[in-house]
Amino acid sequence: MNEPRASNRTQAETIAAILAGEIQLFHELIRPHERTVYLMALSYMKNEADAEDVAQESFVRAFRKLNSFRAEAKFSTWLISITLNEARTRLRRKTLVPMDSLDAPPDEDQPVSPALLRDWREIPSEAVERGEIRLLLQEAIACLPDIYRRVFVLRDVEEMNIHETAEALNISIPSVKVRLYRARMMLQKRLAPQLKTAIRTSKRRWFPWS
Amino acid sequence: MVIECRHVWNYISEYLDGTLSQETRTVVQKHLEHCEICSAILDSTRNVIILTADDRVFELPVGFSERLHARIDAELREER
Repeated sequence: MNEPRASNRTQAETIAAILAGEIQLFHELIRPHERTVYLMALSYMKNEADAEDVAQESFVRAFRKLNSFRAEAKFSTWLISITLNEARTRLRRKTLVPMDSLDAPPDEDQPVSPALLRDWREIPSEAVERGEIRLLLQEAIACLPDIYRRVFVLRDVEEMNIHETAEALNISIPSVKVRLYRARMMLQKRLAPQLKTAIRTSKRRWFPWS
Repeated sequence: MVIECRHVWNYISEYLDGTLSQETRTVVQKHLEHCEICSAILDSTRNVIILTADDRVFELPVGFSERLHARIDAELREER
């Protein structure tokens, strides 16, 4: 993920300026990260209202402890760890579920079989403009086991690299790779047939002569 | 070296990321050249990844940014 610059300053300069008292710059600093933080919060909380709450709280917390941010880390991954902590604390308060079970890996030894197809006709990005296609994609991602979804969201939805994903989630690089492989195969298995059908039926609906 | 389809499936994710060793990559590539099922799996997986990366799939709730920055403003005022 590119770390966009806040106006002409580098991110490090912006952070230094905030710590030196130009606190209004915090608005600019966080703007590029709103979606990632929200999606990570959503991957824990499972509903929009709680996810928004956690996201807000995480940004406020990030502001309060900005002086503990170390330049060696990336701001985005630092922000995500704060978000994960905040979400876990909430869930612990809410459900009294032991945290182990929330992060426990499902059976990782079983291979995931993909959907077998003989040919694949590329589905163009414009398809995403259609609500039903967006819904298919959202539901498929929502149905992934939690620990796979978090890796998938950071790596493939937010397009962070493998190292950043490992750092943000505090897991090893091999774990990122295995979980990503499983998430991608599960999505292919579910989505490939669904997308094929959705595109085929909609074509018939749009162009009755074809 | 020849490998079976189900072994190729284990490599598809890393194949797409370009993180396989040169040796494994060559073996997988050879298999893909003549196996239409595995190439369709590769193509559809790549396609799914491209679609899910589209910014339009997940949008922030309406008013999310406004509410967030209002909350930050309240926090910054306290700081003064």
